[in-house]
Amino acid sequence: MIKNGTTDGNSTPARPRPLSPNIQIYRPQLTSVLSIANRITGLILSLGAVGLVIWLSAAAAGPQAYGVVQSVIGSWAGQVALFGCTFAFFLHLCGGIRHLVWDTVHGFELRSIYISGWTVVGSSIALTVTAWVISLLVAGWPQ
Amino acid sequence: MNLRSFRSPLARALGLGSAKSGFQHWWAERVSAVALVPLCLWFVVSIIAHAGSDYLVFIAWIRTPFATSCMILMLIALFHHSALGLQVVIEDYVHSGARFVAIMAVRLGCYGLAVIGIIATLHIALGG
Repeated sequence: MIKNGTTDGNSTPARPRPLSPNIQIYRPQLTSVLSIANRITGLILSLGAVGLVIWLSAAAAGPQAYGVVQSVIGSWAGQVALFGCTFAFFLHLCGGIRHLVWDTVHGFELRSIYISGWTVVGSSIALTVTAWVISLLVAGWPQ
Repeated sequence: MNLRSFRSPLARALGLGSAKSGFQHWWAERVSAVALVPLCLWFVVSIIAHAGSDYLVFIAWIRTPFATSCMILMLIALFHHSALGLQVVIEDYVHSGARFVAIMAVRLGCYGLAVIGIIATLHIALGG
């Protein structure tokens, strides 16, 4: 029986427990950056979902309200936000599909993880650019 | 004799694992994600196809039964998925008593926004 005054029976005096290395210490890697990006894009898309409801509500309210929302989206800041949401959408979509593949217990080898990671980055950029080029072509290039 | 001792070992173990209600949360996140893949792709492709369209063209598109159905299904899956995802973020970073309030606010906000979006869609689809 240890009777040295410590409540937990530990003979060493109380000292701060060692902490595991965290995000401020590790060098960013594709794996960790994509993991964080999936979370951040999820947060951005939640805000985008609020925008979607505002947009639908404006359309339901009538052409005037819809026109106001459309002019906000059409503004310089609106277009930048929409572009950001588009990229966030494709990154979260591709990252999410990568997660669903992992859920089937496939692609866990280090090599597969890096291949799928760079595929997510590449396809997100390609899909974002494609979506914007096609929509600008459909709308007619801005004058 | 304790009444609990009449329960089978399995019954005593159920719900005591590390996951508790976590599996249901994880599974619901996956189910909503699988639903969102085609629904969001439909939405993005439709929006691109209607880029630069005026109000009446947009309204006519929402009014088609297929678009109305897809929009409502997407709103349900989208806000369910958002509520689940945001809850995990809160659980990871908010350790104070504000956690309970934050999760509740996210839940209520997501369900509220989903209903507003669905009603707006139905208003466009069925309105005069």
